[in-house]
This record gives sequence, structure tokens and C-alpha cells, in this order.
Amino acid sequence: MILALVFRNAFRHKLRTALTVVGLTVAVLAFGLLSTVIEAWYAGAEGASNARLIVRNSISLVFPLPLTYEQKIHQIDGVKAVSLANWFGGIYKDPKNFFVQFAIDPSTYLDLYPEFVLSDVDRRDFLRDRKGVMVGEKLAATYGFKRGDTVTLKGTIYPGEWDFVVRAIYTGRDARTDVAQMLFHWDYLNETMKVRVPRRGNQVGVYIVEVGDPARAAEVSRAIDAEFRNSNAETLTETEKAFQLGFVSMTEAIVVAIRVVSYLVIFIILAVMANTMAMTARERTAEYATLKALGFGPAFVMALIYGESLAIAGIGGAVGIALTFPVADAFAKAMGTLFPVFVVSKATLCWQIACAAAVGLVAAALPAFNASRVKIVDGLRSIG
Amino acid sequence: MNQPSEVDATVGDVADVPPLVSLRRIVKSYRRGQQTVPVLAGISFDIAAGEFLALMGPSGSGKSTLLNLIAGIDRPDSGELIVAGEDIGGLSEAELADWRAQHVGFIFQFYNLMPVLSAVENVALPLLLKDMPRTERRERAELALEMVGLADRMAHVPSELSGGQQQRVAIARALITDPTVIVADEPTGDLDRESANEILNLMQRLNDEIGKAIIMVTHDSRAAAYAHAIMHLEKGELSAREQVR
Repeated sequence: MILALVFRNAFRHKLRTALTVVGLTVAVLAFGLLSTVIEAWYAGAEGASNARLIVRNSISLVFPLPLTYEQKIHQIDGVKAVSLANWFGGIYKDPKNFFVQFAIDPSTYLDLYPEFVLSDVDRRDFLRDRKGVMVGEKLAATYGFKRGDTVTLKGTIYPGEWDFVVRAIYTGRDARTDVAQMLFHWDYLNETMKVRVPRRGNQVGVYIVEVGDPARAAEVSRAIDAEFRNSNAETLTETEKAFQLGFVSMTEAIVVAIRVVSYLVIFIILAVMANTMAMTARERTAEYATLKALGFGPAFVMALIYGESLAIAGIGGAVGIALTFPVADAFAKAMGTLFPVFVVSKATLCWQIACAAAVGLVAAALPAFNASRVKIVDGLRSIG
Repeated sequence: MNQPSEVDATVGDVADVPPLVSLRRIVKSYRRGQQTVPVLAGISFDIAAGEFLALMGPSGSGKSTLLNLIAGIDRPDSGELIVAGEDIGGLSEAELADWRAQHVGFIFQFYNLMPVLSAVENVALPLLLKDMPRTERRERAELALEMVGLADRMAHVPSELSGGQQQRVAIARALITDPTVIVADEPTGDLDRESANEILNLMQRLNDEIGKAIIMVTHDSRAAAYAHAIMHLEKGELSAREQVR
């Protein structure tokens, strides 16, 4: 009967409760979505490995490194494998169609990135065709790329029109894998550049180094940078995670703003909910006084108010959480490949539940405390 | 402030049986801003078990305050208040709540039913404080509603019942715990004459048949005529006692 009292009380003012539930739903949904955006922001760094090092020009990422460094890096103690990559930055039809493109050395790169999963046939076809590209399944789905399609990119860093043939579509080993990239042969880029702009041949954007023992990553990094100290192109070596976080830190202000907005949304709904519960408790003063007169203690009255508040918060929270998944999917589709990984995580779900529960508890705190202290004779007087 | 005067008025007639309610030199005042307003000025009287007593008096005479003190929902400033053998003035809030649950049945002017609970759930509500299985609570509540003539209205919520029917539900709720005393504050104040008579007849019948002591505050002399005795209060003092039947 206590539960019946709690739930029926929660829906006594159907419109008020419905509006509060809708508010909570929107708040929990918005919080979940914004949290997912923040996670997506960090997804590259989260998916990065501590066993992989990125070697770049110490002046800036825009300055290349000589191809000759590859062999020298190989010889450094602790290095297990070396590969290379160049950021391409081409435009597909329209500048708004942004997606990541890297020129890679497939013979070494694919071994370093086992999270990019290819079928044997796709791997063979990609390796065989110098103009071939492998695209992530999300990218393929976004632009309708199919195996055998020709994709033309307009170079921005590397001038001219660039034709590629889709030879492979890769999937991710797990949800954190970026499946919105396009990877093509570095040799194709290098040979073409040697023809178009000869002075830009044999230049590498970054080297990717796999260390045998991740615990030695710092030591190996120092050894690599020491190797090229006082050269024309000094290096800066860091773990892949640190490298990715460096990019994220450039947009830290946006992330902070999103986080603040997500907390503000919860705070606003907390205020709305607290107002609802305060009105509810005030209207029922005589009922609480009656219950106390009948012998129910202050704790029972508090439990009724907390129960009602938690019931409303629970319903709003549950609907908000349930809606987070389809809305996140729709949002990810609308954003295209801007967020390569856009997955509602368990941590986000837990935070949504915690926020809904906290709103329910905090909103009820003051009305419950006040109701528990209502003097019976004063409370009964509030009737009629 | 005037010193409260002491009035001694014994209602209980049976000298050798301990009274159900015994008040001695009860003083009660309220603070209104900086002022202290005396309400009860040292009242003393007894109420015997099984008695149906009506408290009458003009507004502000202290009759509702007196009823609240006897019901244990308010405390006197001084004096001795013994109900059912217990000096309730010395009980803590929690003890007083337990004592009310065990000894007092309430009938309010505006019924004070839980609007979201059905008649039978309202009646069973006080039994939540007893260690009793759900089915037994339900059975007892149904029986109580049958006693007050509402067997066919058990599933109705208060808004689906007339004022008289709601008050009968409240009476059933007051009876359900088998209390020592039933306190009724203007139980017919919100009812038309016909419904009021029905309620008063019911209360009189319960008093006669079950022997429950009833203390009723009323403005209405026709309602008071259903009691055994009427006590008149004026300015916080007992002014007269009238034996009705």
C-alpha cells in the first residue's frame, strides 16, 4: 500500500508530473548525448596504444621528416617495428565532406594496427593495387563507397586531383576503433609527388614505432629524439595516446564548454524538480499531518516524499536513457564522419542513472525535511 | 499576562472506577508574535470509559485545543494529562506517535482521507503500523466498512463518495485499530443536516454497541444532543456541564 500511495501521489497532478517527467527526460537525454560527444572527442586518445610511439618533426607537425630516418629508428634498442604515415587532407567533392585520409605503408602499418580488421581477400586486393584504398565501414556507409568504386580527392596539402580505387572495407576490432578513415599507399603519394613537386619526394609526416616493451616507451622515445638531435629535422617522440591528447587539448575549451552545459542542464532540471516537490509537499501538508496524527512518524512522511520524487526522477531518467541510444545514433549519422567513434558508453549510462537519482534525492530533501517537522495541529489547520 | 485560573469540573460519575481521561490543572497558551495568548486556564476534569462527551463553546474558547491535548497531538504547558492510564505529557514525540496509533481514533471535520487511496485502503492505512499480514488488514478494513454501511463502496476513492460517505470511511478508519478513545473535531461541520444526522446516529450506535469513548467538539447543539453529556467552555475555562441522556 505504501508503494501504491507513492506512485498514485506521483500522478495526482498528471499535467504537472508529465511536464516534470518530460523535463527530466530531456535533461537526462541531453546529458547523455553531451557526455557521449565529450567521449567521442577523446575517442582517438582512448583507442590509442601506449605501445605505439609517434615520431614527428619537433618544430611542428606540418614539417616532414626524411625517409632515411626509418632505418635509423629501426636500429634503436627497444624498437620492434616501424611504419610511416602522411596526413593527406584531400577534399571529396565538397570541403564539408571531411574525413581522415592517411597515406601509409601497408606492409608495415597494418601489422601495427591490428584493430583495423580486413578480410583476406580485401587485404590482398588492397596490397596489390597501388592506387587502392581501404576505407572504414562507417566511411563507406556514409558516402556509399563500394569495392571497385573510384574515389577522386582534390589535394590541399598535396596539389592536384588524386584518383583512388576502393579495394577494401575494414571493420573495427572493438567499438573504440576509428572506422571512418581512408588509408592508401604511401608509395602512390610519394611517386606522384616526385613527379609533380620533386622537392617534396621522400618526405614522411610521422613515423609510427612499436616498442617491444610498453614499459620502456619513455626510454625509447628519448633514444629516438637523441638520435636525431642537432640534425636538420629534430624529432619529438611521444606515445600515440599523448599525441592524440595533444590534438584534443587544442580544443579543450570546447570540451569544457560542453561539459559545463551538460551540468547546467542537470542543475536546471534539479531546480524545476525541487520546485515541483516543494509545491507538492506544501499542498499535502494536511495529509502529512493526518498521517502523523494516525501515528506515522516523520520518517514515514519523508519516505513518501523521497519515494514520490525518486519515482518521477526514475521514470524521467529511464525514458531519457532509453531515448539516448536512438538519438545518439541519429546524431552520429547527422554528424557523418566528424565523430569516427560515437558510442554511448556504460560510464555515460551510469552517470545518467546517478544524475536522475541525485535529482530525485536532492529535490526531495528540503520538502521532506520541512514536512517531517510539520506540527500536527498546524498541519491540520491548513485544511479548508 | 493574566495568571490562569484553576477550575475543577469532574465529569466521570463512577468514583470507584479509574477514569479513562483525567486532566488536572491543564494550562495551555499560544504565542502570537510577542504576545502570549492563554487558551486553557487550568482545567481539571475526568472522562469515564464508554462516555460520549460533547465539548461546546464559542470560537476561541479552547475546545479544539483541549481535544488536541487529549488526542496527544499537542502538549500542555503544565498540568497532568492521563489517558488510558498513561501520563502522555511525559512521552517523547516517537512514544506519543506510538501511543496515538494504539489508543486514539480520529474523526476530522473535513474527513482527512488520502485522496489517492480507495475507501478500503484508507481504512486499512493505520494497520500499516501494526505487525499484520496484508490479507488480514484488508479483511478487517472490509469488516469496518460493512459496519458503517459502506460495503458497496469499498473500491471508491474519496472523490467518488459523498461527504457523508467520506465521513463514514473516516469513522471506519478511526475504529479499525480498536482505539481506547475516539476524538471527533466538528465531525458534522461540513455536512448537510441529513448526512450529519446519519453520522451522529452512527457515532451514537458505535458508542452504545461497542462502548467506545467518544469526545466530540461541536458548535451544533443538535449534534451535541447525541452525547451523554455536554461540557461548555468559555475563555479557556469550563463554564457548565449538562447531562443529556
